[in-house]
Amino acid sequence: MIDERRLDELREEAARTGSVAGALLRYYDVPLLKPPVWTWEVPAYFFVGGAAGVSAMLAVAARTTGADPRLVKDARWMAAIGAVISGPLLIADLGRPERFLNMLRVFKPQSPMSVGAWILTAFGTFSAATAGADLLRFPRVADIAGILSAASGLGMATYTGVLLGATAIPAWAEHVSLLPFHFGASALGAAVSVLQLRGHDDSALTALGIGVAVFETVAAVSTEKSITMKAAELLSGPVPLALRILGMKSKRAKRAAAAATLLGSLLTRLAWVEEGKTSAEKT
Amino acid sequence: MTTTAFFTDSTLCIGCKACEVACKEWNGVPDDGFRFTGMSYDNTRSLGHSTWRHVKFVEHEPAIGHGGNSPSHMTWQFSSDVCKHCEHAGCLEACPTGSIVRTEFGGVYIQPDICNGCGYCVVTCPFGVVDRRPDDGRAFKCTFCYDRQKDGLQPACAKACPTGSIMFGDLEELQRAADDRIAKLHGLGMTDANIWNPTDTSVGGTHAFFLVRGDARQYNLPSQPRVPTTLLREGWTAAAAAAGALALGSLFAFALGKRKR
Repeated sequence: MIDERRLDELREEAARTGSVAGALLRYYDVPLLKPPVWTWEVPAYFFVGGAAGVSAMLAVAARTTGADPRLVKDARWMAAIGAVISGPLLIADLGRPERFLNMLRVFKPQSPMSVGAWILTAFGTFSAATAGADLLRFPRVADIAGILSAASGLGMATYTGVLLGATAIPAWAEHVSLLPFHFGASALGAAVSVLQLRGHDDSALTALGIGVAVFETVAAVSTEKSITMKAAELLSGPVPLALRILGMKSKRAKRAAAAATLLGSLLTRLAWVEEGKTSAEKT
Repeated sequence: MTTTAFFTDSTLCIGCKACEVACKEWNGVPDDGFRFTGMSYDNTRSLGHSTWRHVKFVEHEPAIGHGGNSPSHMTWQFSSDVCKHCEHAGCLEACPTGSIVRTEFGGVYIQPDICNGCGYCVVTCPFGVVDRRPDDGRAFKCTFCYDRQKDGLQPACAKACPTGSIMFGDLEELQRAADDRIAKLHGLGMTDANIWNPTDTSVGGTHAFFLVRGDARQYNLPSQPRVPTTLLREGWTAAAAAAGALALGSLFAFALGKRKR
């Protein structure tokens, strides 16, 4: 609606600045940006790949400190199996899955997607080599491959934060320096939880679980929270934190905390991808 | 080799959409739905995987400075939008297959025989131009009529434009033509006419620039676009720090655990 006062305002603005901005500073309700086209496979890959990557690191830490060999073995296999699942998840999301090898025809450091494809390739190779050498009882080979697997695994757990952060999507770009930490911590939480659910009870796992829960409680920063994000934050932070501290002696509490963390970790990735879609639609 | 560009002058556009049709026909672009948007005379809505030229219909309430003199009539401005063919193109930098390349004419081109439809260009374009075509799986956008330019022809949209609103030619010559046009329009009292070309941003200028009236954001042309590669340093620094924290944290936790064991 336009009335006399609006006309006066417009005249004053035009006289002052030489032009007027007009009522609309956007083109109808059309968002400037396109929302991400990724479906559930991508956040699922972030979850599986991240947990697998950190598992490789936990295997190295456990091995070098002389922890239970069964824990080392389990962590190595989690890395290898996670890597095997990661590939198909990523390929399934491509518009042309049969062309997935085109990812490996170039290496572009300026593209987090390209860097990620090579990290996954390296991680898949090394984690499989570690598990294979372990199975065939070549401990020294397994140890060396294990270190390479851990190095690339740490990339797996964190590069996905850069992948989302270095984009035009406002909700992701604003958190470019938080996302690698958030995804890394979430991956650590998931890896620790799987090991605990497998029955491992090393005090290191308890300590790491508490560390992750504290981080997730403190780092819950995203401003406009979807239900998924709220659930993800609750299940990654306060819920397992309470369970882990109050139920220090209880096995059931530990298992419940691990299960919550695992679900929270998956929801975290789903929520961030969803956040990106909402954010693009608001541009 | 000359570096080519589009200069789209919205003050000459009559909203005929010949550019949209010419683009679709020449490039064999499929339809992307027949929807009634209710937005002025614009049912095309936006650029996308199957819309590479899009005529915007910007309506204004009667407002001083926008040319409308009657309090009961809207003013109307049309502007044919297109891929900006950025100097520093987010899509090109992000493409993990090397499908997106810079052509010898300075345009940004998606090689359809390489693209595997990863969708990363969709989220790294600061202008929401690139999109993945669902039934095809690959990403598509304006090719800058690479095929026609190879043969020394001008792009289909520019050729079909009946008023000279879409001008095609050498980048620097067109920039001079745009400056002359602005001077002329300002001389005629159309002082809100201005050129949109983000040369002073990280995008580093475009091979498709526009003459618009008033605030360019009304045409969904952002004033401060940013190429996402500017975020890489921050992102990778955080990733390296996070990876370090994970490594040290797990070693430390297991070393402490060793004492308890």
